[in-house]
Amino acid sequence: MQNCGKSTFKRTSIDRLMNVLVLCIFGFLACMCIVLAIGNYFWELNKGAQFTVFLSTSDGNSAAFSAFLTFWSYVIILNTVVPISLYVSVEIIRLGNSFYIDWDRKMYFARNDTPAEARTTTLNEELGQIKYVFSDKTGTLTQNIMTFNKCSINGKTYGDVFDYTGQRLEITDHTETVDFSFNPLADPRFMFHDHALVEAVKLENPEVHAFFRLLALCHTVMAEEKKEGELFYQAQSPDEGALVTAARNFGFVFRSRTPDSISIVEMGKQRSYELLAILDFNNVRKRMSVIVRSPEGKLSLYCKGADTIVYERLHQSCNKLMDETTEHLNEFAGEGLRTLALAYKDLDEEYFEQWKQRHHEASTTLDNREDKLDQLYEEIEKDLLLLGATAIEDKLQDGVPQTIEQLSKADIKIWVLTGDKQETAENIGYSCNLLREEMNEVFIVSGNSHEDVKQELRNARTSMKPDAAENSVFLPENVLGKSVKTIADEVVNGEYGLVINGHSLAYALEHSMELDFLKTACMCKAVICCRVTPLQKAQVVELVKKYKQAVTLAIGDGANDVSMIKAAHIGVGISGQEGTQAVLSSDYSFGQFRFLQRLLLVHGRWSYLRMCKFLRYFFYKNFTFTFIHFWFAFFCGFSAQTVYDEWFITLYNLVYTALPVLGMSLFEQDVNDVWSFQHPQLYVPGQLNLYFSKKAFFKCALHSCYSSLVLFFIPYAAMHDTVRDDGKDVADYQSFALLTQTCLLFAVTIQLGFEMTYWTAVNGFFVLGSLAMYFAVTFTMYSNGMFLMLPSAFPFIGTARNSLKQPSVWLTIVLTSILCVLPVVTYRFLLIQLCPTINDKVMFKVRQAKASPPPLPRRTRIRRTSSRRSGYAFSHSQGYGDLMTSRRFLRRPAISRSSGFTHAGRTTTGFSPMGRSAGYSPTGRPQNAKVPDVEVTSLQMYRTITDPAL
Amino acid sequence: MVKQEQELDNRPDNTAFTQQRLPAWQPMLSAGIVIPGFVLIGLAFIGIGVALFVTSRSIQVLEIDYTGVAQDSPCYRCSDPDTKNCVCTMDFSIDTLFKGPVFFYYGLTNYFQNYRRYGASKDASQLSGDLEYFKNPSSDCSPYQYDNDKPIVPCGSIANSMFNDTFKLYQIVNGARKQVPLDGKGIAWWTDYNVKYRNPSVTPLRNAFNGTVKPVFWSRPAYELDPTDPANNGFINQDFLVWMRRAALPNFRKLYRRITEGDYAEGLPAGNYSLEIAYNYPVLSFDGEKKVVFSNVSWMGGKNEFLGIAYLVIGSLCIVMSIVMLIVYAKFKFPEED
Repeated sequence: MQNCGKSTFKRTSIDRLMNVLVLCIFGFLACMCIVLAIGNYFWELNKGAQFTVFLSTSDGNSAAFSAFLTFWSYVIILNTVVPISLYVSVEIIRLGNSFYIDWDRKMYFARNDTPAEARTTTLNEELGQIKYVFSDKTGTLTQNIMTFNKCSINGKTYGDVFDYTGQRLEITDHTETVDFSFNPLADPRFMFHDHALVEAVKLENPEVHAFFRLLALCHTVMAEEKKEGELFYQAQSPDEGALVTAARNFGFVFRSRTPDSISIVEMGKQRSYELLAILDFNNVRKRMSVIVRSPEGKLSLYCKGADTIVYERLHQSCNKLMDETTEHLNEFAGEGLRTLALAYKDLDEEYFEQWKQRHHEASTTLDNREDKLDQLYEEIEKDLLLLGATAIEDKLQDGVPQTIEQLSKADIKIWVLTGDKQETAENIGYSCNLLREEMNEVFIVSGNSHEDVKQELRNARTSMKPDAAENSVFLPENVLGKSVKTIADEVVNGEYGLVINGHSLAYALEHSMELDFLKTACMCKAVICCRVTPLQKAQVVELVKKYKQAVTLAIGDGANDVSMIKAAHIGVGISGQEGTQAVLSSDYSFGQFRFLQRLLLVHGRWSYLRMCKFLRYFFYKNFTFTFIHFWFAFFCGFSAQTVYDEWFITLYNLVYTALPVLGMSLFEQDVNDVWSFQHPQLYVPGQLNLYFSKKAFFKCALHSCYSSLVLFFIPYAAMHDTVRDDGKDVADYQSFALLTQTCLLFAVTIQLGFEMTYWTAVNGFFVLGSLAMYFAVTFTMYSNGMFLMLPSAFPFIGTARNSLKQPSVWLTIVLTSILCVLPVVTYRFLLIQLCPTINDKVMFKVRQAKASPPPLPRRTRIRRTSSRRSGYAFSHSQGYGDLMTSRRFLRRPAISRSSGFTHAGRTTTGFSPMGRSAGYSPTGRPQNAKVPDVEVTSLQMYRTITDPAL
Repeated sequence: MVKQEQELDNRPDNTAFTQQRLPAWQPMLSAGIVIPGFVLIGLAFIGIGVALFVTSRSIQVLEIDYTGVAQDSPCYRCSDPDTKNCVCTMDFSIDTLFKGPVFFYYGLTNYFQNYRRYGASKDASQLSGDLEYFKNPSSDCSPYQYDNDKPIVPCGSIANSMFNDTFKLYQIVNGARKQVPLDGKGIAWWTDYNVKYRNPSVTPLRNAFNGTVKPVFWSRPAYELDPTDPANNGFINQDFLVWMRRAALPNFRKLYRRITEGDYAEGLPAGNYSLEIAYNYPVLSFDGEKKVVFSNVSWMGGKNEFLGIAYLVIGSLCIVMSIVMLIVYAKFKFPEED
């Protein structure tokens, strides 16, 4: 909880901009009113005073007092510039767009029955402006599931499926799986597609048997057998679990262990191996070995480890096999699999006795014990015979590489912040396409002191941009006084990646170095921070928020991501295995990382587009409406006479123009979702804030100004001394009001039509309906009946009938409408022709493609063609080998095989097998299991049991 | 494999609306639409413009200023506010037949009938014949609400300032003056005459006005506005109705009479005319001008060259713009996607 960070009230940048704009509008309103008040002062002085014959100023008001009153009258009349109803509409639009997210079937995760959820309804348009995505790794990018995918045994690979023609087939959910029914102890969730391996096992191929025997023996997994035949493995790392389960399914079932024995069922036969030593894993050794005595009394050492390490210790006789296996390893690595090499050797009884003696001595010495042990291990782990290699997939969630590719095409920078160790994180970085082999360089910052880190960061930057002037980059932060300056993005040639360690990050986040860090990081395409604490995650987010004028999004699934979810502008929770903490503090939640691209590239983009179009249009329509009053003031003695009928003023925003613009902001889409995915670049204008900014607002105001001039002076000129076709009056105030308001309504409605690019039936209905509504309401209001009911409320009786049948009135309406729209159309057309935006291009393309079928959603398979080989399968530093052999981990060592471990032990510890690091399911459907609320790792289990109190 | 067994309770509905797949028309400002559109609009506008312009040209208008600012004006004498019951005569001649029906307007300039307080200064209920409001006029009418504690009917600035110059038109035939008959019937809006303004249903009408006084500037009470026609009195007096429909702009003209009868049904023949003006209405104090306007009308109303010219200009602009666009389109054609 302490790591959760504090919850802040989140608002979008548009909200903040609007606040500024509203303030400006207030200022503008005051200016207009002052101008008109001054106008009134002079009018009263020059004209009003003489006009008193007909317009007596009974109370003898002075011009100054009149101007004062005029000021306030105009505040009331012109207050329509201040968009009060705007806020209501904005909230409605946001709500609508949030519902779209909730309703989206393409963001519905069927496996968990979780739809996407917009938990905050006020941030939608910000989703279209994301520049930085901070992602957790485990549970977000990966499923935290390891699967045994492939292996190479004695120079032959297994795991691929081929069709009759020898073509390799893609493995999908529908590919036929291997039937393990011959093995009653097989894990039903384990899936393997290559039948050749089972055949090899059944044919008793000795190498294959040795391979799986090794996997069944050489590990630190604990087995639990609640019921006869129902085994559960609790592994220190999911990788180990995957390997042991693979062995289990292929007929080498690890059944139980005691401190000095391992029981396995080998092809249906129960065998017990005497466990003589565990040569445990650590970061330097990168391998582990066990020394066992088979029931026949044969003494063997089984070793598994990083291929490079194991290769160094192989016997010369396996050179040929080594070459073949290397080829396979490269192939595995190219597919992003984590590889391990397996080797064994038979030991000489005498030598072992002697070695054991020395081992005992070494492990009891007080000084340099580690070193001595290492030496001993080195000594015995040599001249090994290669068995083969395994390839484990750290299963990414579906579609992660594609999503990341899409997002980076949309110019969104993705930073992975993970608690995992560097190598794992790096690995995932490669397999999810974040780090790429083609990158010019991937910098690794892992310094342990302030100076080291600083130097590493600088070196990185120098190699990215050798010509950059150091001094200019490191301006002291407070050059411009208190204001926090924002750092512009620097353009770098080439692609770079940055991996930074948790302890280095601690230095990098220090006040004196944070700018260095940020600049370096921002020059890189991909940034991975590993071994970071939850608090550091939030600090990184805060750092970017502080210095970058950019919108950030944090995505995570666990309690450790809560702090960054809260810190970022937008927090997204993956509702997955790790409880609801992240979801509860998030703004949006869904079941899979890949939905992020839909959230941003479709929903976010549309929301932003809609909101901006709405704001621009809303300001336009209200400004135009109001400015006409301003112009009229110059012709009515600044007397605060409204141009329109009062009813029109009341209903304009409420009835006549509300629905069309709402319709636009709820249904608008420039191109549909398929095209949005096809062209992720469409997202960029949002990041640059192009659609609605102060500049755009200013343009709106200018446009309104033009429209209002047209809408006032054209009717003015057309009407000022004209008469009806029967010679009667039509230049009276009421007819003029009707004419102006009708012109206005037509002009803004047509303008809306030009803003709208997506006319659904609903939009058409709203637009035409609103116009029809206007005429219906107007004719009703101006009817005899209404007047007879309330003479003073409906003084416009007969105006509509009398003036709307005049051809000149309609000609004026047509003229104003066309004149308002012509420049807009011309400008836009020329703009599209001369400097088309990406949107124009895509829309044009869509148009051309309309005839042909829509493009298929891109399903390019991202296979990285890399020779990078790593992925040591142990994700934790120090193994638990000594625990296994120490007798401390079990009170009662000898337990009948059939009953497995005692249940009492389980209940007291409250251990759940689905915890994060121990949680292990070989086939990738762990989501089916009910997620326990408490996350307990296997580590904790061991600790609990070793508690002396027990 | 498990999918089928699973409960999909939370699965969103698959409708076009929730999935944002509503069928839609997506117009685009493409050259194929915009350029022909401009040409069409341009041609249509030019057509309408020509028609309007020609029509407007065919309308005859004769405007005579009789404010009497200039010393040589016949009405100079009358423009002195101290002169009462002054009558002046303006002579003018018409060269060709002034086609009928001829409408006779009076015009005022610099006159702010659209001033807010002026416009609000009336009592709609009183004017619709509600006797309650004869006794207690609405306070909107202030300062023309009470005169010496007696309610003014009709109250308010608009009514009070009613235009009260009267005109007589004579044709000079062989040196003799021949009066041109002026028709004052039906010059107001039908709705004003029949619905908006009504006299109280009291006969004789003058009884309804008992206890009230006439507006300050008026020389006669409302029920005696037209001595020649008893039906044309009170609030439904045509001149009163015309005046009460206040103008939108400071310079305006209002219908005074129509010339539709007798020898002048076909229009005013060429010749000399004399206009006799009973000059009552003061405008000089606010630099106003008074004028009479003779005009005939067409299908598009009175003479107004603006609309025709505007249509012509906009129409030509459209054509010009379409040519510019065509050039731009041909030259910088929308770049194909790379």
